[in-house]
Amino acid sequence: MFNSNPNYNSSPFEGEVRIPSGCAVSAIINRSGKPMTGEKIIRSISTMHDRSNGLGGGFAGYGIYPDYKEYYAFHLFFNDFQAKKATEDFIITHFEIVYSSEMKTRKVKGIGNEPLIYRYFLYPLSKRLTNSLMDEEQYVVKCVNKINAEINGAFVFSSGKNMGIFKGVGYPEEIGKFYLLDEEYQGYAWTAHGRYPTNTPGWWGGAHPFGLLDYSIVHNGEISSYDANRRYIEMFGYKCSLQTDTEVITYIIDYLIRVKKLTLQEIAKVISASFWSTIEEKSEEEKRKEIFLRKAFPSLLINGPFSIIFGFSGGIMALNDRLKLRSMVCAEKGDFAFISSEECGIRVIEPKLDKIFSPSGGQPVIYTLKEGGTL
Amino acid sequence: MNADMYIPAEFEVIRSDRCVNCKICEKQCANGVHYTDKKTGKIVADSEKCVNCQRCVCTCPTHALKIVKSDNAYRQNSNWSAQTMNEVYRQANTGGVLLSSMGNPRQNPTYFERILLNASQVTNPPIDPLREPMETTVYLGKKDVEIKRDNQGRLVDTLAPQLKLTMPIMFSAMSYGSISYSAHESLARAAEELGIYYNTGEGGLHKDFYKYSGNTIVQVASGRFGVHSEYLSTAAAIEVKMGQGAKPGIGGHLPGLKISDDVSKTRMIPKGVDAISPAPHHDIYSIEDLRQLIYTLKEATDYKKPIIVKIAAVHNVAAIASGIARSGADIIAIDGYRGGTGAAPTRIRDNVGIPIELAIARVDERLRQEGIRDSVSIVVGGSIRSSADVVKAVALGADACYVGTAALLALGCHLCRHCHTGKCNWGIATQRPELVQRLDPEVGYKRLVNLLTAWNHEIQEMMGGMGLNSIEALKGNRLMLRGVGLNEAELKVLGIRHAGEDM
Amino acid sequence: MNINIDEKTDFQLLNRRIRGVEDKNIVINGCVGQRYIATGLSDKKLLINGTPGNALGSYLNGGEVTVYGNAQDATGDTMNSGMIVIHGNAGDATGYAMRGGKIYIKGNTGYRAGIHMKAYMDFKPIIVVGGRAGSFLGEYQAGGIIVVLGQNDDGLPIINNFCGTGMHGGKIYLRCDKLPHAIPSQIRVEKVKGSEVEELKSIIEDYCSYFKELNAEYLLNADFLSLFPDVDNPYKRMYTNN
Repeated sequence: MFNSNPNYNSSPFEGEVRIPSGCAVSAIINRSGKPMTGEKIIRSISTMHDRSNGLGGGFAGYGIYPDYKEYYAFHLFFNDFQAKKATEDFIITHFEIVYSSEMKTRKVKGIGNEPLIYRYFLYPLSKRLTNSLMDEEQYVVKCVNKINAEINGAFVFSSGKNMGIFKGVGYPEEIGKFYLLDEEYQGYAWTAHGRYPTNTPGWWGGAHPFGLLDYSIVHNGEISSYDANRRYIEMFGYKCSLQTDTEVITYIIDYLIRVKKLTLQEIAKVISASFWSTIEEKSEEEKRKEIFLRKAFPSLLINGPFSIIFGFSGGIMALNDRLKLRSMVCAEKGDFAFISSEECGIRVIEPKLDKIFSPSGGQPVIYTLKEGGTL
Repeated sequence: MNADMYIPAEFEVIRSDRCVNCKICEKQCANGVHYTDKKTGKIVADSEKCVNCQRCVCTCPTHALKIVKSDNAYRQNSNWSAQTMNEVYRQANTGGVLLSSMGNPRQNPTYFERILLNASQVTNPPIDPLREPMETTVYLGKKDVEIKRDNQGRLVDTLAPQLKLTMPIMFSAMSYGSISYSAHESLARAAEELGIYYNTGEGGLHKDFYKYSGNTIVQVASGRFGVHSEYLSTAAAIEVKMGQGAKPGIGGHLPGLKISDDVSKTRMIPKGVDAISPAPHHDIYSIEDLRQLIYTLKEATDYKKPIIVKIAAVHNVAAIASGIARSGADIIAIDGYRGGTGAAPTRIRDNVGIPIELAIARVDERLRQEGIRDSVSIVVGGSIRSSADVVKAVALGADACYVGTAALLALGCHLCRHCHTGKCNWGIATQRPELVQRLDPEVGYKRLVNLLTAWNHEIQEMMGGMGLNSIEALKGNRLMLRGVGLNEAELKVLGIRHAGEDM
Repeated sequence: MNINIDEKTDFQLLNRRIRGVEDKNIVINGCVGQRYIATGLSDKKLLINGTPGNALGSYLNGGEVTVYGNAQDATGDTMNSGMIVIHGNAGDATGYAMRGGKIYIKGNTGYRAGIHMKAYMDFKPIIVVGGRAGSFLGEYQAGGIIVVLGQNDDGLPIINNFCGTGMHGGKIYLRCDKLPHAIPSQIRVEKVKGSEVEELKSIIEDYCSYFKELNAEYLLNADFLSLFPDVDNPYKRMYTNN
């Protein structure tokens, strides 16, 4: 459990209090699946340095573990070796560990107080999985939640296959260097986040992206519907222990994709629903669909300012709130597609673009790997 | 000693020298307070008959009248108020059960007044409701859908029937019989114009009002007055009345005197015969029996109408609501202990049930804990007095509110609390033709439209301040609420933090 | 047309089918507990072999239902018009709040039969029970006619306790010469006389026309008591204005 963190200072801890924050977000994908290091995404997010305040930065990379793509990659923070021991005792009774190691990091000015950071490639023990009567994904999510809630000083911050989240307390460009994203990893898609929290949680797990299996979310803005969304989604077995918008948005998207089997386009019409008056002007077919979705999922409308980048195996999606209260720019160049809070975050890595545009509020922009693109 | 103890008048009618002896007050008072003194020819008042309905004050052309509390006083006693003493005298005089009207007037905590709303500052923006879209449309009904697609992969609308409201407010159940034809017409027309619903109560639906059926909720109560298949199938929704906040556990009794020709036709019972509503539905002695009644209604209407089940807020309301949610109801209506009534035993009205604020909080939380909150919508009533009460009720977890008393006030009611006498000078709670015609539905409906239009603007203002532009995002959003002057138990039940505590 | 069902048949499917078919005459075979059959039915004749479930013929609005077997609880709830004939027994709360139409039961009925039965203009509901009736017969009765013939062979009295509690309209005829239990002081009991004799005769003759094995003449050749509310001693309203 993370609230026994030795770095814990006298201010309230992440999860004990809601911490509003502003942010910068950025993402890049090569739709042919061509791998790239984290160098570009670090440059992109560092251009928007002033949107962060040094209290949180992070990245998600997709396609970065091709040699282990069959296995869940758990990234863990430990406060101490006691927490590591307790966690590993739990892991070996629930999973087969294929490979594990300490995460490779380098010393970077501005980054301190880092916890122990470890990585495990693993898969569920088949007998335990069968006996659990859950499907594999439910089983993994349940185990992750158990570690995070019950083991003192341990926190799983990434749990997907062939993807990984890297995050910590600091400016995002410092965090990127710290994890050697510019040298050690190559992925077809990257997302990044720089955080501007209103107070100082000082806890690495509280940085973003927030991940659940392959899903990762980076998000900018403070939503006004938080408690309406939280109290609804918690009916379905999720526990919003971090009290962040990013966490609740991740659970909402997971619920709508995995449980309700909605498409990303449909999900956009739930969480960033068109105004009733706008729906009235649409074609009969669109109207029917959007009215149904709004009537069926009223409590999953996310209200107030947000721009999110949702990462998943094979793609990224950008979505703004329906009033477009946060900035968001999308661009394309050849096989590359970019999403960023500000245009500068794109121009710095690709000055000459085929196309650049600002998506309107509630209009999802989805970039996926092309047919034949490698995962 | 006289067998009947004299009970001094509660009010004094004061007439100033502006009186021009026009005698309008005499004509206006069905209680016979004002009369002409035979010797002087001057109009005078018998204050003992006055119920303080303010009709004469409002209609006096020279504003010569006022009604004040009598300064006759019993010996001061903090334990025995004059009201309590008078009640003892009344019962010793008559041997009767005390009968009252309208909501509980006693000074018990009103939690709405101890809850404060949030507003956005800096970290997220407030929204200007005058110039930006602000949505208060609500759909009531079951939301727990199974996602199905046709062979082209398009979503199929699998939702149970829904009620569309342009704002989270409806008029609560008030029967024809307890209130007048004019009052009903005003409510029906206002509901139609506003895009909301009014509720027939248990008195049937008058033939003249079938044209408003798209905005009509019909009620099925234990007496089943006026209930037949056309009544059920014409309505927008059907409400099963299990209880009422003003008199939980008590049935109804409309005296034969109030069963006029027209009321008799609407209730489909003989004229002049008492209309008795038993305390329970005698086919519902257990929760599974409720399911049976709900499904007879669904079968009778081919599953096309949402079924509402209305209960009084009582101690175990959360568990009861959970049972109702599992019985096929589409909507649960909960009526708090301050709710109004045309007549209820005083002791029941003032001592039975719990405040609606606490009931909303517990029911909403319990249904979420059980994972069934979206299998039912919640409508709450029992003293929703302003748009702020509506906003707080929705943030606590309600989908919409029922307003009754506020609507009657808009029609002229001054809360004299004498509905049960049937002599309402405002033409609302009466069947006497000369009184009923005082309420002009043309005026009445406009005043109701004004009231709720204003409330809806205020709701939008408050939502905008909180950074919300859709009422959906307010529902159950308890972080928008803080308590003031509440103890730990109260905060816990309400599920809110104290003012000054962080998010 | 014939609809053959069994215990696996869902009531919603059955009732949708009944509403949907063109044929005005429907026979249901193998009925076992399916609820809400003939709810609100107005223009069809149903013949049911088996045991229909609760709330048979609720809000019935002109349709005709015949049951070969026993009916369960709440038969004819809030029935407006039409006919329910049961060649067996009926359970509790039979004819709750019925406003019109007829329910003819060959055997016994349970508690609270005819509770809150009403009458209105041309609507005059009739319940005839061939056997005996349980407690609270005609509770809150506001109109209509209940006839109990006492043709039961279980040795129990024709009615049980608290008959006519809260009754404030209508009439109950009992085929007996003496009441087996006390009734409220607001109910008067008299031997049938005058126009009542004719009324009873026409009801029983009509009833017997549905049950070929019964003989109206025989049934009528007995003492009948008539129960009705006492206008001089009504249920007092015991309120005082406050």
